[in-house]
Amino acid sequence: MSRMTSNLLDEAIGLDDSTSLSPLVGRLLLVEDCVETSGAFVLHHLLKRAFSSPHSSNAVIFIAFSQSFVHYERVLRKLGCNLAAQRDSHRFFFLDMLTVGCSDRSGKETGEGVLVGLYCKIQRAVSALIQENKRHVTIVIDDIPLLEVAANGSSNHVLDFLHYCHTLTSEIGGSIIALSHEDVYLDIERPLILQMEYLADVLIKVGPLATGIAKDVHGQLTVLNKPVGGLEENLRNRVHNFQFYIKENVPFWLLTRRSCPTSSIY
Amino acid sequence: MEATTKPRTSSFSRNLSSAHSSQTPGLKHGPNGTTFISSGIPDLDKILCGGFPLGSLVLVMEDAEAPHHMLLLRNFMSQGLVHNQPLLYASPSRDPRGFLGTLPSPGTSKDNKSRDSSAEQEKGLRIAWQYKKYFGESQENVNAIDGKYEFCNDFDLRKPFDRHFFSGKHVECVSLLDSSSLSTTLDRCATFLSQVPRNDGNISSAGRIAIQSLCAPQCDHSNMEWEMLSFLRSLKSMLRSSNAVAVVTFSPSLLLPSFSKRWQHMADTLLSVKAIPDEDKELANLLTGYQDMVGLLNIHKVAQINTQVPRILEATTFSIKLQKRRFLVLECLNQAPVDGSTGSSYGSTGSCSGSSKAGSLDF
Repeated sequence: MSRMTSNLLDEAIGLDDSTSLSPLVGRLLLVEDCVETSGAFVLHHLLKRAFSSPHSSNAVIFIAFSQSFVHYERVLRKLGCNLAAQRDSHRFFFLDMLTVGCSDRSGKETGEGVLVGLYCKIQRAVSALIQENKRHVTIVIDDIPLLEVAANGSSNHVLDFLHYCHTLTSEIGGSIIALSHEDVYLDIERPLILQMEYLADVLIKVGPLATGIAKDVHGQLTVLNKPVGGLEENLRNRVHNFQFYIKENVPFWLLTRRSCPTSSIY
Repeated sequence: MEATTKPRTSSFSRNLSSAHSSQTPGLKHGPNGTTFISSGIPDLDKILCGGFPLGSLVLVMEDAEAPHHMLLLRNFMSQGLVHNQPLLYASPSRDPRGFLGTLPSPGTSKDNKSRDSSAEQEKGLRIAWQYKKYFGESQENVNAIDGKYEFCNDFDLRKPFDRHFFSGKHVECVSLLDSSSLSTTLDRCATFLSQVPRNDGNISSAGRIAIQSLCAPQCDHSNMEWEMLSFLRSLKSMLRSSNAVAVVTFSPSLLLPSFSKRWQHMADTLLSVKAIPDEDKELANLLTGYQDMVGLLNIHKVAQINTQVPRILEATTFSIKLQKRRFLVLECLNQAPVDGSTGSSYGSTGSCSGSSKAGSLDF
């Protein structure tokens, strides 16, 4: 990806920061979407970024609850990234929780058991990666509410799981990217979502266009980037707002807010 | 009905015409390696740009006070029977097989012809290109390619199937009341889906699962929210690895709002139906053709399988009408002219229903 196509989202997250080698190290990135607008495309974009960066030390552990491997593979292939090849070269670990997690219903595993098993798998994958000197491990979770379903609704176990994963990645200098649904938690006491938002260093909210259906805009996106370090100018939260239009083969177009759409296409 | 001679005006029509090459009756190739089966309602197929993709979970949100979801279920099931596709039906009634007696059988809506001929006449006129889309799609009749193997039939709601029609058809019926938990139902679904496994070769048959009112209060499982969610999750995962579509209806008012949202997130395609209050004067003044409407259909989500690009529909709310009191048609809402303040931006949506007559463009 050339400098030209690095888009507003990368800028907002801080991915285009050329001074630091891997800007997401040790951070937790939370994507929140809603029924009307799916936020999965942000995951796809970040996944592609992880593999297209020049560091060969990048690796991704993908915990898929919502789609099968075929889906991700086809989507990413259109973005110019071959997941099967990455998997063969041990840079991409795909934990298929959609089909595997459901098929063995006979054992009647408890919710806790599922998560413990999952964590063990992640830990094993991470230690294997470290042996191969791939230190920038990203754990992607798609998505948290389904993780809760797998855990039989125990949000405490889900939080514990996230904490464990966070500890694991911060020890080795990796990062976590998780997808969650904002509207699921709107009307109840929301310990889970609040704790997740508290944990998150970067929060990306995806929603439908506030003004209704538009032919050439898929939705809008708010990026909240919490400050790193204690420098004066960094103390403020940086908030960015965009409207986006998703395409199959380019990451997506982002339109800045108060400007004419046709003139500001990245 | 010369769908092939029709000038191609949009990418939408191209997809459809290329899809005719599919050999298996009732199946149609879509973009991104998906295969569609018909919803049983020609207009809904058009709105969804082809139908329901195989492997997807379709959720329909019921109106708590009206049985409009049954219209969708009936047509979905009947279409499967016409195409000889295996069918599994589950409902919270004691005798789910009785429901089969109410399934509509295919008929020919004569009006199609008059519609097309009127469109034909319009064609003779010189029409500015901006307006071409207003009559283009009405001719894109997916059905009646050769009369026998249509992708989607019109169903006559007043004419049920003959009894002997069901002999030799693969139909399973499950009562949701029978079991105290959903695991037995899930097992039935698993065995049913094992007949239509997905392998990379060509698809010979597709299965249909119809589950009515999954969270009905008379079922024992209705207060086990997590169990129902995990049922849906397992169902979805099994669907992904088989050539089948499941349509599940549920009443969101019976669930906690947060759980209702969870259900909605689970869906690949999400629809909702609403009845129309009998005498809503305000609405009657606002919409043309209010008298003929029986309900409203909302499209909240269209399946995104193997793609990340969401589909932007021209409209998300459609009126459900019964043509000649027999055939289910969906039409775009047309705002009646109100003095001065019509939302002109919605004028363009007047075309997207397949059954747009010339008279519906009265702006």
